[in-house]
Amino acid sequence: MMGHEETDVHESREEMESLVLDEPSNGRSSSDNPLLSSASSSFIDRQSPDSSFNTFLDPPSYAEAIFTSFDSSSNGHDESPRLSSNSNPRSSDYLYISVSDPQKEQELSNSLVSGGTTYYTYLITTRTNLPEFGGPGSEFTLRRRFRDVVTLSDRLSESYRGFFIPIRPDKSVVESQVMSKQEFVEQRRVLLERYLRRLAAHPAIRRSEELRVFLEVKGKLPLARSIDVASSVIDGAARLPRQLLGDEAMDVSAKGGRDLLRMFKELKQAMTNDWGGTKPLVVEEDKEFMERKERLVEFEHQLSNVSLQAESLVKSQQDIGETMGELGLAFVKLTKFEMEEALFESQRARATDTKNVATAAVKASRLYRELNAQTVKHLDKLHDYLGIMLAVNNAFADRSSALLTVQTLSSELASLHLRIEKLEAASLKIFGGDRSRIRKIEELKETIRVTEDAKTCAEREYEQIKENNRSELERLDKERHDDFMSMLRGFVVNQAGYAEKMANVWEKLAEETDHL
Amino acid sequence: MITTLMEQQRSVTASSQSPRSPSSQPYLSVSVTDPVKLGNGVQAYVSYRVITRQTNLPEYQGPEKIVIRRYSDFIWLRDRLFEKYKGIFIPPLPEKSAVEKFRFSAEFIEMRRQALDIFVNRVASHHELQQSEDLRTFLQADEETMERLRSQETGIFKKKPSDFMQIFKDVQSKVSDVVLGKEKPVEESNPEYEKLKHYIFELENHLAEAQKHAYRLVKRHRELGQSLSDFGKAVKLLGACEGNSLGMAFSELGAKAETLSVKLQKEAHQILMNFEEPLKDYVRAVQSIKATIAERANAFRRHCELAETIKLKEINLNKLSLIRSDRVGEAEMEYNELKAESDEATQTFETIVRLMNEEIVCFQEQKTLDMGTAFHQFAKGQARLANGIADAWRSLLPKLESCSSS
Repeated sequence: MMGHEETDVHESREEMESLVLDEPSNGRSSSDNPLLSSASSSFIDRQSPDSSFNTFLDPPSYAEAIFTSFDSSSNGHDESPRLSSNSNPRSSDYLYISVSDPQKEQELSNSLVSGGTTYYTYLITTRTNLPEFGGPGSEFTLRRRFRDVVTLSDRLSESYRGFFIPIRPDKSVVESQVMSKQEFVEQRRVLLERYLRRLAAHPAIRRSEELRVFLEVKGKLPLARSIDVASSVIDGAARLPRQLLGDEAMDVSAKGGRDLLRMFKELKQAMTNDWGGTKPLVVEEDKEFMERKERLVEFEHQLSNVSLQAESLVKSQQDIGETMGELGLAFVKLTKFEMEEALFESQRARATDTKNVATAAVKASRLYRELNAQTVKHLDKLHDYLGIMLAVNNAFADRSSALLTVQTLSSELASLHLRIEKLEAASLKIFGGDRSRIRKIEELKETIRVTEDAKTCAEREYEQIKENNRSELERLDKERHDDFMSMLRGFVVNQAGYAEKMANVWEKLAEETDHL
Repeated sequence: MITTLMEQQRSVTASSQSPRSPSSQPYLSVSVTDPVKLGNGVQAYVSYRVITRQTNLPEYQGPEKIVIRRYSDFIWLRDRLFEKYKGIFIPPLPEKSAVEKFRFSAEFIEMRRQALDIFVNRVASHHELQQSEDLRTFLQADEETMERLRSQETGIFKKKPSDFMQIFKDVQSKVSDVVLGKEKPVEESNPEYEKLKHYIFELENHLAEAQKHAYRLVKRHRELGQSLSDFGKAVKLLGACEGNSLGMAFSELGAKAETLSVKLQKEAHQILMNFEEPLKDYVRAVQSIKATIAERANAFRRHCELAETIKLKEINLNKLSLIRSDRVGEAEMEYNELKAESDEATQTFETIVRLMNEEIVCFQEQKTLDMGTAFHQFAKGQARLANGIADAWRSLLPKLESCSSS
């Protein structure tokens, strides 16, 4: 977010810094770590004894402590402390993942198109002591392409229904047209790393087979589609063999391999639920859940609003910093001009004043820039939670669809029973029984048995998903509380710290311009 | 009435011009106050009360005089002074408003009032200008007389804006010509003066840029204030749907943000009045000097032209007297008339040169004072704001601590 601004104004800032200031602390180029340099200069400034700033927290040490902790977090991992440690609080197991070294590779031409397309692969490095990965202190690397990540994400969605599964990065075709290939690849690398780390932080997913295979098993990602018994029953027995064989050529789009027939049946059920006169046979009963869901809807709405306003705040902070910088630059030019053309002592005195104003404005401008970089880091937590809300919605959708499956199967059973009744009634009328009808009844009874098995499966699945929802909601509440408290605290400390530094700059200028 | 920065400056001005005891120096102190909007629609305008407060000048004795004046009256005064006191840097006036929408906004009117007050007081403190009869008229005449005088202004003054532009262009092109080494006729060849002209023109550019950014800074403060306010409101709403300690934390933060938003708006106004306006005033002052430069060029041209004409007339006269023509008498009369004019033109020009030399010294000193004050106020305002922000956020921390522990 801050990247583009840097390149634009970089030259004029260099100019400013070389022109203005004979003070040693300002001779530094902007490539120095801004946090450290300004932290130390503020310490020097605050040696003045007339500190009427009776602060609750002693600024230099306090501010420095905070800033050095930001400093370390800016060196590589931009996750919150909780996330980056990737460790289970109960034990000391860890799972560190990093994504690096994008390389271009050629697609093996097994297609008719000659020349082949290229794609990028990323080096995934894992360090872990989790037992699933082969015991203490293992480290391994392999290469993956984005398509593999999509596969991983899809498989997790199937296997972990009801869980708040982190959302994978977009395929985002549009953005790749706007930025250069290099920028796009780098951005993707960052997003992939963030995604994998989030997976590693999830208490259930970090132990999953899918993730392990993705991280450890070289070669084409072999994750097979899970077999969804209910699905196969609804689709009709004919499709079962193909699913058992794991035919990849089938529809890979939606979760759980919904295809047409199942979709149709469930849609019909959904319509019946909504518009039919009768209540469905199974309904969402958990009132507590429904209340929570509503509250989360409201939460998401407000969160998205805060996120928007946060962006606007960041923009305003950026703007004021830029304008302050431009003001400083204008005063630098004015100073230079007056010094060169000075005929009177009064001009030189004025030039000294304008130089001091320029210095202060440049310093303030730098402080605004740093303030903003930190603000962005803190308020990013809001965006993270918007992503988490997507995951929550997906988990709730899993629940709804599982319920719908149960409802559909119940209806099927009901209608099957009805058909048997009708056939039995009809066959009674024929003396000696109706062989074809009796056969039909036997078939239907078989279908009922299979369908009942499927319904049992579906009910179990539904209960499991409900339980997953519940435990995840608990986890969410706790983590949300901690994350936001730390975000608020970080934001406030940041604002206070930089405001103090700016006060120092302006107080110095006030002293310098006090000619009475 | 709020004592503004500029009005504080005025007292500094007065004291800087009277190093010895103030009572022995002539002084005249004026107030421009109470702007009132009069009239309707397109004809609407603002009138100001002009009060001649303290004076020891004999021409102003008697009870305190209060008159009602409008912006065009000030323009009239400025134009009369410019016409009569060539060579002196006439104090600048605030601009006409270009945008209709803001013409009657409270902020614009206040800024204009302040600038008009400063204008009159600068005129009143200038040792030559304070003796002007036009100033006396302006400060004492009744409204009808003022209106009559104002509408009497003939074409010369009405055309002034475009005239000025042309004169400026001429002077500017002459400056650049000299800089480029091209010789043009009828131009002073005074290197020091060339330097001064160059300085003035360049100075305007630099100042205008500084002023532009100062104005933008005002806007940025307002925008930041607005963003903080919106952010605060949104955070409060989020807090409301969270409930419990986290909800409280959000609410507190939101409330703080809204408080700070108010501080920012206040500071924006302060920057406008105490930093941006003085810079603008500086720019106007420089533009006024440019007008004087143009007048000097005119005076020089006239002096040269007449000197040329005189020479020719002299040659002609001698020729005529040699051949004992009966037109000698006539020619001699013409010659004498022209000689008087030429002498006057030379006198005018030399006065302008002398005055300008004095004025420039005063100007530089005054501006250093003015700017020093402006910068100091700006620094104090920014420091006050920053400290306010730091205090506000710091006061929130213990509340956050207690929220997170629950």
